[in-house]
Amino acid sequence: MLAQIAFFFLSAVALVSAVMVITRRNAVHSIIWLIVTLFSVGGVFLTLHAEFLFAVQVILYVGGIMVLFLFVVMLVNLDVSLKQAQFSRQWLVALVTALVLMAELAYGIYRGHTGFALAEASAAPVSAGNTQAVGLALYQDYMLAVEIASILLLVAMVGAVIMAKRKIE
Amino acid sequence: MIPTQYYLFLGTALFTIGVIGVLTRRNVIVILMSIELILNAVNINLVAFSRNFQAVDGQVFAIFVITDAAAEAAVGLGLIIALFRNKETVNADEIDLLKW
Repeated sequence: MLAQIAFFFLSAVALVSAVMVITRRNAVHSIIWLIVTLFSVGGVFLTLHAEFLFAVQVILYVGGIMVLFLFVVMLVNLDVSLKQAQFSRQWLVALVTALVLMAELAYGIYRGHTGFALAEASAAPVSAGNTQAVGLALYQDYMLAVEIASILLLVAMVGAVIMAKRKIE
Repeated sequence: MIPTQYYLFLGTALFTIGVIGVLTRRNVIVILMSIELILNAVNINLVAFSRNFQAVDGQVFAIFVITDAAAEAAVGLGLIIALFRNKETVNADEIDLLKW
């Protein structure tokens, strides 16, 4: 019962703040609402017994990526765009298309929950020590993928520095 | 006990909000934030299936998705800075150099 209340509360907070993210005029307000969304998604991870992922979500997303966003908003002059139209001309078509997409996905999940074998999910966590299990999987089964991810981060770092450089000789 | 289906519905709703943000907003920074919303919806699905099948692989994939999000945010925000320096705008529909 308590878990259900927590899940519905976190879902409601996540969805409302996500709507706020895409409707606010000021980009800084959008970022603050996105932080609220990310925290509630982290809470949803907790209800799924993914404690390590909750920590990664808070440290990496809220602590890292959002600070990056805030810094870029400070570097870019947004005063001009504040007074302009916030939505593109195609917004009505885009809204209808996206809602049709959501209806299709929801209908598929609603009809297909027996086919996906979604009925019997146990309340027990995936493993006793979540962090230990994730760490073992990362450094044993997914060793190559971890190395590739580290190369990807290196490339992204170099790319970001090159992009933001003032002049390329 | 919350069924996995509920998590999938939450992921669907969050994904759709992200898609609406990408398609309708003009500000490039808000478009990047909407992409973060979409990636979070994917993460919810991955972790929900991880519990559903009692396997830790879904959570490992969610970590890789977060890694990708970090790389994408770094490169995307670098692009926005370079773009603003050259064109003095953050509106996606004013960046139409390749439009015929």
